[in-house]
Amino acid sequence: MNNKEKYLKAFCEALNITPEQTEGLVYTGISEWDSVGHMNLIASLEETFDIMMDTDDIIDLSSFEKGMEILKEKYDVEF
Amino acid sequence: MQLLKGKVALITGCGKGIGRASMRRFAEEGAIVYANCRSEGKLDEETAYLSEQFSTTVTPLYFDIRDKAEIKKAIMRIKKENARLDILLNNAGVMRDALIGMVDDKTIEDTFQTNVFAMIHVTQMAIKIMGKESCGSIINLSSIVGLRGSEGQTVYASSKGAVATLTKTWARELVKDNIRVNGIAPGKIDTDMFHSIGEEKVAEQIKDVGMKRLGSPDEVANTAVFLASDLSSYVTGEIIGVNGGWFL
Repeated sequence: MNNKEKYLKAFCEALNITPEQTEGLVYTGISEWDSVGHMNLIASLEETFDIMMDTDDIIDLSSFEKGMEILKEKYDVEF
Repeated sequence: MQLLKGKVALITGCGKGIGRASMRRFAEEGAIVYANCRSEGKLDEETAYLSEQFSTTVTPLYFDIRDKAEIKKAIMRIKKENARLDILLNNAGVMRDALIGMVDDKTIEDTFQTNVFAMIHVTQMAIKIMGKESCGSIINLSSIVGLRGSEGQTVYASSKGAVATLTKTWARELVKDNIRVNGIAPGKIDTDMFHSIGEEKVAEQIKDVGMKRLGSPDEVANTAVFLASDLSSYVTGEIIGVNGGWFL
């Protein structure tokens, strides 16, 4: 499984959504991605990529695409 | 029976006083202890002794608690070595006294950075590896003056009041994650911090204490052991006074 697939899996499992729902998905765009869902998502991403995200990045992660951007730029995760 | 056998604990501010006593007591109770201290090398000898004496691991972690990058490194290390953290004792703190009207910005900034901001930063990172399947316990060092105010301690007392509020708030937020959060509000304890007011004042201060003596750091550490252990498994959101009958 490559990093993109891992990222997608972590997102879907944390928020309990399908891969189709992730495209263009933004924070609070669906009921599953509320503040509680967001913390589950962060835990899932940290576990998947063995990282610990900074608080500023946790707050900045406002969309499915933005998450990949942050992981790539700040945590050396290649997509 | 060791009350903390096999539990993984991080204690901040172990250089002296209550933190140092807690490091010893936690090791004695079988905890795997990560002991934070700012002064490089200061804990080397004692952590090695405690590890051997109590057949556990006591590891010194030297960093300034105000440094977020260092906090992150410490938490990552604990995660790598144990995959979890069971106990966080937020003890690191500073005390600078000044009457209202004579409080400078540096005193406010320094005090709040260590006593409050750093505590928030440590806790935010620590909870990522706490709770879940096993029960977690966070213990925050507040102070009796943080609950009731104290003349000449505008900054220190308000910082410790903030700690009490953080404790209550986190207890509500983290109960769903299986993490208990409690505080300790020491009274007059026989530490360098307390003696910094001057020996004459110390003697005067003891008169107000019901038990007519200062508390020992060990007596505070014992309360921390209780809150860290499963003996307090149904206790959360409480601030326990350790004051020998000094009620202000």
